[in-house]
Amino acid sequence: MSEIPLPPIARRAAPWWLLRHETMLAAILLVALVVLGSLNDRFLTLDNLLNQGRLTTEVGLIALPMTFIIITGGIDLSVGSIVGLCAILLGYSWKSFGFPLPLAIGFSLLVGAAAGFLNGLVITRVKVPPLIMTIATLALYRGLAEGISQARSVRGYPQWFYVIGQENLFGIPAQLWLLLIAIVIAGIALDRTTFGRTLYAIGNNEIAARFSGLPVDRTKLIIYTLSGLMAGLSAVVLVSRVTTTRSDMGSGYELDVIAAVVLGGTSIFGGVGSIWGTVVGLAMIQLLKDGLALTGVKGDATIVVIGTVLILSTLVASSLQRRRDGV
Amino acid sequence: MSVMTVPSSRADPRRIFKALASQEALLAIAVIGLAIAVGLYNPRFLAARNLSDVLLGNAYIAVAAIGMSMVIISGNIDISVGALIGVLATLSGTLAVKGVPIIVTWLAPLVAGILIMGLQGVVIAYLRIPAIVVTLGMLSILKGGLISVTGGKWITDLPDSFHLADLELLGSVPMPVFLMIAATILAAWWMHDSAPGRAIYAVGGNAEAARLCGISQPRTVVMVFALHGLFAGVAALLYATQLRVIQSTVPPNLELTVITASVVGGVSILGGVGTVIGSTLAAILIAEIASALVFIDLSPYWIRAVQGMLILATVIADILRRRRMTGA
Repeated sequence: MSEIPLPPIARRAAPWWLLRHETMLAAILLVALVVLGSLNDRFLTLDNLLNQGRLTTEVGLIALPMTFIIITGGIDLSVGSIVGLCAILLGYSWKSFGFPLPLAIGFSLLVGAAAGFLNGLVITRVKVPPLIMTIATLALYRGLAEGISQARSVRGYPQWFYVIGQENLFGIPAQLWLLLIAIVIAGIALDRTTFGRTLYAIGNNEIAARFSGLPVDRTKLIIYTLSGLMAGLSAVVLVSRVTTTRSDMGSGYELDVIAAVVLGGTSIFGGVGSIWGTVVGLAMIQLLKDGLALTGVKGDATIVVIGTVLILSTLVASSLQRRRDGV
Repeated sequence: MSVMTVPSSRADPRRIFKALASQEALLAIAVIGLAIAVGLYNPRFLAARNLSDVLLGNAYIAVAAIGMSMVIISGNIDISVGALIGVLATLSGTLAVKGVPIIVTWLAPLVAGILIMGLQGVVIAYLRIPAIVVTLGMLSILKGGLISVTGGKWITDLPDSFHLADLELLGSVPMPVFLMIAATILAAWWMHDSAPGRAIYAVGGNAEAARLCGISQPRTVVMVFALHGLFAGVAALLYATQLRVIQSTVPPNLELTVITASVVGGVSILGGVGTVIGSTLAAILIAEIASALVFIDLSPYWIRAVQGMLILATVIADILRRRRMTGA
């Protein structure tokens, strides 16, 4: 009587399923590596793999806060447009306002954070669904980027700026350090802090989380702001890598980011997910792109594959989850 | 006492106010008001040629917004429609160049539209995958597929008889305008007065209540997406036949313009509310704004920012209005 037995299935099921999903993914990744490696001998070289790490950084930086957001049951479709806006403002404030470049970088990071903050503010205060809010700002931020730039690009940055995007640091692409540090911080924050556990609580049952006294609105405001900030950082890395700014930069990023997160086992319905899964998802998407490119598939066809992967991985995840729930 | 509370005549001021405050009336006022304001600044804006160009060139957006409105009213979303229109327009043009009978080139995009959207509806409704995931995936499949098949080439040498948009009806009504008006009226009537039409509102307004009334939610969602595909097909046809060439790529950000027209037209993003008359008026308003920017010497590069502001303002107003209505 005095002791209420904990439901044993609920306690064991979640880690079991998480383990299953990540082992499955890692196995697929391994098979993909071997197959692609045997198809093309340039694929499995250290140079190529490090270069792929370089190319995945811009999407990876955004995928981390996106994991947080999707765990809470939200979504942010405006990230690609924030990348465009921040890239334009970086170039514009440097060239036209005459900001010194470090200040311009700070300014564009600030704008990114502000753009994410606006998303979070309207989502939490006005209760606009995240999907609709970020579709609206997807249009708005891209529109601002187009309007401010007037389709002009900015080039000719000082040489030191290109270090972030093009040079190596201790034998590893410079921006990959940024991504690695961000991954460690995000992983610890999600797994080992109250902030991280609050995200799961919101995703599992927002009303219960609210009644438990968790700071639901503040937490959401933080993750959407973080998403904007990381999109800003991604813009800086991107501009440094490609040496120019254009208003269409980052368009379509939302597809890669969401595909990586969902492929990594984060449930689009909220409540389930991990940073490590997202990292594996990122690796898979980038290796898929590279492997296809090396076997002669053009860039446009790879987004067909990523779109298919996005739908199929959601299908598999949701049918696994349904089986787990015994529906 | 009780007699007093019943609105006794049509001239009841509250009623007139309510009718004027409806989204459709506000939009109609905005369309006319903007035309007058811009016309005062630059009379050339009001030239018949310009106004009819605005209507002709954007009728396909209004047609696509009809289907989008149904999708949003049913509580879903679709961001693949722009890519689909690009694919269907290319399909139609490619068939026309190959010498297929014209009627087939006109029907093919409609059928393909119904099939592709219907398939998405099935995945969303029966496999219960969120519409945003399915349509985001489909967006990239269609967009990437189109470019890798065609290489983005221009389709030229289209037969003269292919150009549906050049036809005129009832004397001098151009086909695009006729189709836009006819589709809007038909859809508005169907959604307001038929059982399946009402089911769209029921499913979007309260899925559980709809289920208890015997309305099958999955079946309604599939129907809505299939119809959305049909309207996308008509839109693609207008888009493909309005110029002498078709660029076989996806028109950039077209889905955003279509969604903006639906939402600004008063379709509530929470589902269950809205009319296609509003979305058609909103499509006209957006096209008018784009044209007006040029006439008041502003760069057309600002149009997407204006769209973003419009959609944001409408969404926030919609939510605040609902909150006041429910007293929360």
